[in-house]
Amino acid sequence: MMAAVAELEPKAPSETAYHVRSGGRGQVMSVCEFSLWYGQKQALFDNTMEIERGLVTALIGPSGCGKSTLLRSMNRMNDLIDGVRIAGQMIMDGRDIYGRATDVIALRKRMGMVFQKPNPFPLSVFENVIYPLRVDGISRRSVLEETAERALKGAALWDEVKDRLQESALGMSGGQQQRLCIARAIAGEPEVLLMDEPCSALDPIATAKIEELMDELRGRYTIIIVTHNMQQAARVSDNTAFMYLGRLIEYGETQTIFTTPQVERTLDYVTGRFG
Amino acid sequence: MSVETVNEARPRTRTRNAVEIGMRRVPGTDIAARGEPALWMLGGALALGILMILGFLLLVVWNGALAFWPQPIEMVRLTNDDIIAGEPRRSESFRPTQGAITDLPAASRAQIEASGGLAERTLYRTGNYDLYGEDFVWIPAYQRAEVSRPVDMVLIERLEWGPFIGRVQSLILDGIERPVAELPLGELERLHRQARERWSRILEIEREEIGAINRSIEEARLELRAVGLKSGFASQAYHDAGARFETETAPLQEEYNAFAADAGRIRQEDARVQIVLADVKGTTKILPLSAIVRMYAPNDLGFLGKLYVYLSRWWEFLSAEPREANTEGGVWPAIFGTAAMTLLLVVVVAPFGIVTALYLREYARQGRLVSMVRISVNNLAGVPSIVYGVFGLGFFAYLLGGTVDQLFYAERLPNPTFGTGGLLWASLTLALLTVPVVIVATEEALAAVPRSMREGALACGASKWQTIRTIVLPRALPGILTGIILAMARGAGEVAPLMLVGVVKLAPELPLDGVFPFIHLERSFMHLGFHIYDVGFQSRNSEAGKPMVFMTTLLLIALIFAMNVTAIIIRNRLKRRFAGSQF
Repeated sequence: MMAAVAELEPKAPSETAYHVRSGGRGQVMSVCEFSLWYGQKQALFDNTMEIERGLVTALIGPSGCGKSTLLRSMNRMNDLIDGVRIAGQMIMDGRDIYGRATDVIALRKRMGMVFQKPNPFPLSVFENVIYPLRVDGISRRSVLEETAERALKGAALWDEVKDRLQESALGMSGGQQQRLCIARAIAGEPEVLLMDEPCSALDPIATAKIEELMDELRGRYTIIIVTHNMQQAARVSDNTAFMYLGRLIEYGETQTIFTTPQVERTLDYVTGRFG
Repeated sequence: MSVETVNEARPRTRTRNAVEIGMRRVPGTDIAARGEPALWMLGGALALGILMILGFLLLVVWNGALAFWPQPIEMVRLTNDDIIAGEPRRSESFRPTQGAITDLPAASRAQIEASGGLAERTLYRTGNYDLYGEDFVWIPAYQRAEVSRPVDMVLIERLEWGPFIGRVQSLILDGIERPVAELPLGELERLHRQARERWSRILEIEREEIGAINRSIEEARLELRAVGLKSGFASQAYHDAGARFETETAPLQEEYNAFAADAGRIRQEDARVQIVLADVKGTTKILPLSAIVRMYAPNDLGFLGKLYVYLSRWWEFLSAEPREANTEGGVWPAIFGTAAMTLLLVVVVAPFGIVTALYLREYARQGRLVSMVRISVNNLAGVPSIVYGVFGLGFFAYLLGGTVDQLFYAERLPNPTFGTGGLLWASLTLALLTVPVVIVATEEALAAVPRSMREGALACGASKWQTIRTIVLPRALPGILTGIILAMARGAGEVAPLMLVGVVKLAPELPLDGVFPFIHLERSFMHLGFHIYDVGFQSRNSEAGKPMVFMTTLLLIALIFAMNVTAIIIRNRLKRRFAGSQF
C-alpha cells in the first residue's frame, strides 16, 4: 500500500489519461485541480475533470479511493464534516462552487442526490417526494400533486404507489424506497443527479430497475454515479473515471476504459486483478 | 459458503468428542465459559429488584385499597367490668410488665408463662375523641371477658372530633325528643340528607356568594389604595376616590348583609334538627344532624352495603376537601395541585430543555466549552433537591416575585402576591430541577437521528433549520418524549423543594376557578407528596392518619403511573410512525 503511494507520488495531475466522449452539449461542471483534506489526511489529490452535460458519468475505483468524497464535494455535502479543507476549484456555470458568494442551498437545489442507503424521511410517500418543494415554501395543492406524479413517474414508481401516497414511506421495500429517493431528487428539477452507490444496498431485481431508470433519465439529467460494481458502470455510463488513492488515474469513454484502457492500473482494476 | 463449512465441521467435532470422552473433560461444557454464573447473578439481581418493587406495591395496595372497607365493631366487656366498643385494627404479641401479671388470675398467668412471658393484645379504634381524649386503645387478651358484635352499633363520621362509635338514641326535632325506634322507616336518612343539603348551602353562600362580595370590596379598597400610593394620601384625588369607594361599596355591603342573614336563617333552621348519640357506656352526645357525614352499622351490613360505604368513601376521598387536619375527607385539592403543577412543569421544562439541547447538539461548536456545559448540566441532576427549593424561594419567590409585586401589585403590599411561594414558582423550581433530564435525553435523541436523514434533507436544498424542523425534530420526538416522561415522573414525586416554594398543608382555594383571570399562578397549593408527609408525621394522631397515608401514596403512584402511561402511549404512536424502515 505504502509502496503504491510512493510510486504515484511524482505523477502530476496532467498525467491523467483523458479520452472523454463528448455529449455535444458542453460541460455542466469542471473540476479544476481539486484537492481535499480530512483534517491532516489528504483524500483527494489535484483532480481535474469535466462533466459532460446530459451524459452518465461513472466514478469507479477501489474502496477509499475518494470517489464518494469527490461526488459529495460537488454539492458541498462535505461541509457537514468538521475539519474539511479544500484547494482548487469546482466550476459550475462559470462560478466556483466553493466561492465566497455561492449560495450553498441554491447550489444543492440544482443537484439532486441519491445516497448509498435509501433514506426516505419518516413522512408519507407524497410528502417525501415533494419535500424539495416544501422547502421552497410551495404549498399550492395542484402544483404539489402534479410534481409528485411527474417525479414518481420519472422514477418508475407511480404505478406501484399511486394508491398509497398518504402511507408512510418507511413501509416500502428497499428498492421502492431507493426509487422514491430518486423521485425526491428529481422532484426539484435539478440539472445534475449525483448518485452515491445507489444500488449497493439493493437486491439484483431492484438494482436492475434502478439501472433501467437511469437509462430512461439519460439525456434529461446529467448523472454522476459512484459505483463499486464495474458491470454496472459498464452498463449504464457513457464516461467512466477511474480513481485510485485520491487521484484520478484515467477518465474516458466507458467502452474504452473497460476494454482498452490507456493506463495499466486501470486495466488491472477493471479486469479484477486488484481492488 | 460459510453454511457448508459449519455443516462439514459439526460431525467431525462430534466424533472427536466421542473419542475423547472419558479421557479428559469435553470442551465446551466449562461452566464459567458458558457464562452460567454470570447469568444466575444477573437473573438473581433482577428477581430481587422486582421482588422489592412488588413487595412495596403490595404493601401500599393492601393497606391503601382496604383502608376504606367497613370494619366490624366489637363490643368488649373487660375483666374489670368496664366496657369498650371499637373496630379491631390489628393484633400483636407483647411482653406485659411484671406488675400487670401478678394481679392476674392464675389461669391467665399460667397461659402467659407457657408462651414465654408473651401475651396478645389488640388495637381498637374506639373513636369518640371528644369523650375519651383518645381514639385508639390497646386491649390485652387476658383482659377481655366477653366479645360481641351488636348489630345496633353504628360508626358515625363527623365533621369534627373524628368518628363516633356507639348507638343512635333519638332525634331532637324542634326541641321535642323522639326515639329512633319510633321514627318511620327511612325518616332518619331523609332528614340527614336534608341536613347535609342545608350544610352545603351554607357553605356555598359563605364561600361563593359572600366570597365574591368580599373580593369586590377588596378590589375597590385596593384601587383606592393605589390612588393613594400614586397621588398621596392627603391629595384631593385620594379624597375623591375615597368618596367613590364609599358609594361603590355601600350596595355591596347591603348585599353582604342579605346573604349573611340568609345563611343565618338556614343555620337556625339547621339547629332545630339534632341527633342524640350514646356511646357504649351510655354517655350521650348531642350534635346537629348536619355535622354527620356518614353513618352506618357495620355489623348489620351485607356485602353490598359494605361495598356502598366503601365506594362512597372512595368518592369522598377523590372529590372532597380534607377535614380533621387532613386525616379524614378527601384529597381533591392535592390531586388537582399535583396535576396542575406537573403539567405546568412540563409546559416550562419541555421547550426550555429542547431548545437548550438543540443548540448544544446542532449549532454549538463541539469543543471544550460545550463539553464543560454538558458536564455541568449532568452534574445539576445530582444537586440535592432541597437546594433547588432554597434557590427557588430566594430567586423566584423573593427576588422575581418581589419585583413583580412592587411593579404590579404595589397596592397589596405588604401582603405578597407573587412574592411568596406559589404554583408558578414551584413549577419553575421543579423545571430547573428536571431540566437536565430533558436536555440529556434530547441530546441523545438528536444524536440518534441517522446522518443519512439529515444529508437527504440537506441534499434537497433544505437549510439547516429546515432540516432540523422538518426531519430531525420529528424523528427525535419519541426520544425527547422519553426525557419529558422521566422529568415529569421525577417532578411529580418531588416534595422537599416544594415545601419551600408554595405547597401548604391546607390551601383555601384551588389555583383554578371561575374568577378572572381563572388561573391563579400565585396561589399556594396542596400536593399529594406533601400530604403524605403531613398526615403521616405532622398530625395529631398518626394512627388515625395511617389509612390516609397509604391511600394517598396509592393515589400518587396511580397518578404518576397514569401520566406516564399517557406519555408512553403518545410516544409509541409516534415511534410506530417512524419505524418500519427496511434498514
